[in-house]
Parts: sequence; C-alpha cells; structure tokens
Amino acid sequence: MSEHEEHTSHSQAFYLAIGIGLLVLTATTVGAAFVNLGPFNPIIALLIATIKATLVVLFFMHVKGASEKLTGAVVVSGFFFLAILLSLSLADYLTRSWR
Amino acid sequence: MPDSQAIVMEHEAHNPALLHHFADAQQQKNAASLGMWLFLVTEIMFFGGMFCAYLVYRLAHFNAFAAASQQLSIGMGAFNTAVLIVSSITVVLAVKAAEAGKRKVLVGYLIITVLLGMTFLVVKGFEYREKFEKHHVPGSTFKFTDTFDDNGKQIPVNPKEAELFFSLYFAMTGMHALHMIIGCGLFGVLTVFAWKGHYSPGYFTPIENAGLYWHLVDIIWIYLFPLLYLISRHS
Repeated sequence: MSEHEEHTSHSQAFYLAIGIGLLVLTATTVGAAFVNLGPFNPIIALLIATIKATLVVLFFMHVKGASEKLTGAVVVSGFFFLAILLSLSLADYLTRSWR
Repeated sequence: MPDSQAIVMEHEAHNPALLHHFADAQQQKNAASLGMWLFLVTEIMFFGGMFCAYLVYRLAHFNAFAAASQQLSIGMGAFNTAVLIVSSITVVLAVKAAEAGKRKVLVGYLIITVLLGMTFLVVKGFEYREKFEKHHVPGSTFKFTDTFDDNGKQIPVNPKEAELFFSLYFAMTGMHALHMIIGCGLFGVLTVFAWKGHYSPGYFTPIENAGLYWHLVDIIWIYLFPLLYLISRHS
C-alpha cells in the first residue's frame, strides 16, 4: 500500500500488563470492601471501577492514539450525558427531604 | 472521467474490501469504528437508566440493599469479573492477530473468548439457581428474613425493599447476561468466518467492532460487580 496505515495496537506484553493490572484492581476492590472506611467504601469501589473502565476504554478499545479524534469526542459525550442523567436525577431525589 | 475510474480500479485492486464511497481503507475503518461507538453510546445510556434507578433506590433503602447484597456470593462474582477481564485480553489479542494476518492465532483467541463468555454464563446460572432456592427471586414466593448488621446491632429490614434490590439485580445482571449471550453468538459466527479466511490485515472491521462491543459489556460488569456484590461488606 502506498499510504502507511496507522497502527494503534500495542505489543502483546503491553496488553497482558494492562490485563494483569485490571485483575489486581479487581482483587483490590474486593479487599477494600472488607475494610471499614465509613462513607468512603462506595467511593473507593467506584473509583477503582472507573480506573478499570478507563484502562479498558483507552487501551483495549484503542481510544488513546485513535487516528480519528471524533471517536474520542463521541466517547466523552456518551459519558457526559450519563453524568447529566445521574446528577440531575440525584439533584431531585437527594433534596426532596429539604422541605 | 477515465482518470477517477482508474483510481477507483487501482483501489479495488489493492483492497477488495474497500467500498467505493470511501477515499481509503483508513477512512473506511474510522467510519466503521465511529458508527460502532455511536451504538455503544446508546448502550451506555440504556444501562445508565438502570444504574440511575439503582442509585436512587440504594440511597433511599440503604439498609435493605446492604442486607440483600450480602446474600450474593462474592466468590462467584469476583471469579466472573476475572473471567470477563481475561476474555477482554483474548479479544484484544484476537484483534492484534487479525491485524497481523495470523488466521489460526485469530481463530484460537476467538474460540477462547467464546468459551470464557460461556463460563461466565454458566457461573451466572449457578448464582441464579441459588437465588431460586433461597426464594430471593422477586414475585409471590419471595422471602427475605435477613437483618442489616449495623456494627453488631441487628436491624430488621423491610422485605419489600430487599425485593426491590433483587428486582434491580435480576434486571441488570439479566440484561448484561443477554448481552453476553449475543456476544458469544457474534464471536461464534466470527470464528467461522475467520476460519474461512474472510479477514486480512487490510480488512478485519467485524473483529474490531465485535471487540468494542465485548469490551463495553465488560465495562458494564466492572461497575455491576462492586455496586451489587460489595455493599457494606465490612460489618
């Protein structure tokens, strides 16, 4: 081919490292659930889940280094609208007792 | 216009999978993955609705949700999380094999992926069986007598609120399992196509897009596991 195609894929070792990182984070989230951190238990659990999801999106789904910038914009907009859904709903439900 | 026709002919000669309305293979690939991502965004919003319902009810009935959550098996849930992560690794390695044109390696990874997906579903089946045996399936036979352990103090919970947790549990894991079943079927078909040699380094879009779908289903489980299985486990 005359045009050089962009390769977004990494080495096999890199993918295995990310995968092992995801497994370690899974073990961490299980371990953290048995430690009493008060109100921080769900926050830690969601933080770890978000780190895992970010790793999957960036490296397994090849959003980092994608040749098309629009893909990244679509991904971010998806989670942005999810954030609107959750935050506006909670802004309603969590303030109903304020009357 | 003989010139442009010549260019089109040249492209077709280079890559038979390149459709005529795309300038080059890279543009075609970008368009396909953008389209797939738009679909995945609708999936995020679809599951997002259920996550939102879960969040609202969990905040309203925390004690019942914690007591009900403690009836789930962390062992099976964590095992399934690991199975899905390993399957995500095999998917990404399958895409890499397709990119490198290694047909047999690709078929191997696709088969392992389907087997891991089925392993997940079998474990899920055992979990569901346990729910039926304990009468934790929402409906007329639903029974819940457990209490919420508040630092050693046993607080009784309203069974109706626990039933709400299990309704959300079955709706969310059930919808996730349906996506897994579809994913297994998808990868089964791709395995056959890959074996027949439908894919080349110049064209493996179906493998890539099915991979994107599989990873998203994995991400949904990454959130479902802590939210459903790990509520207030320290007490």
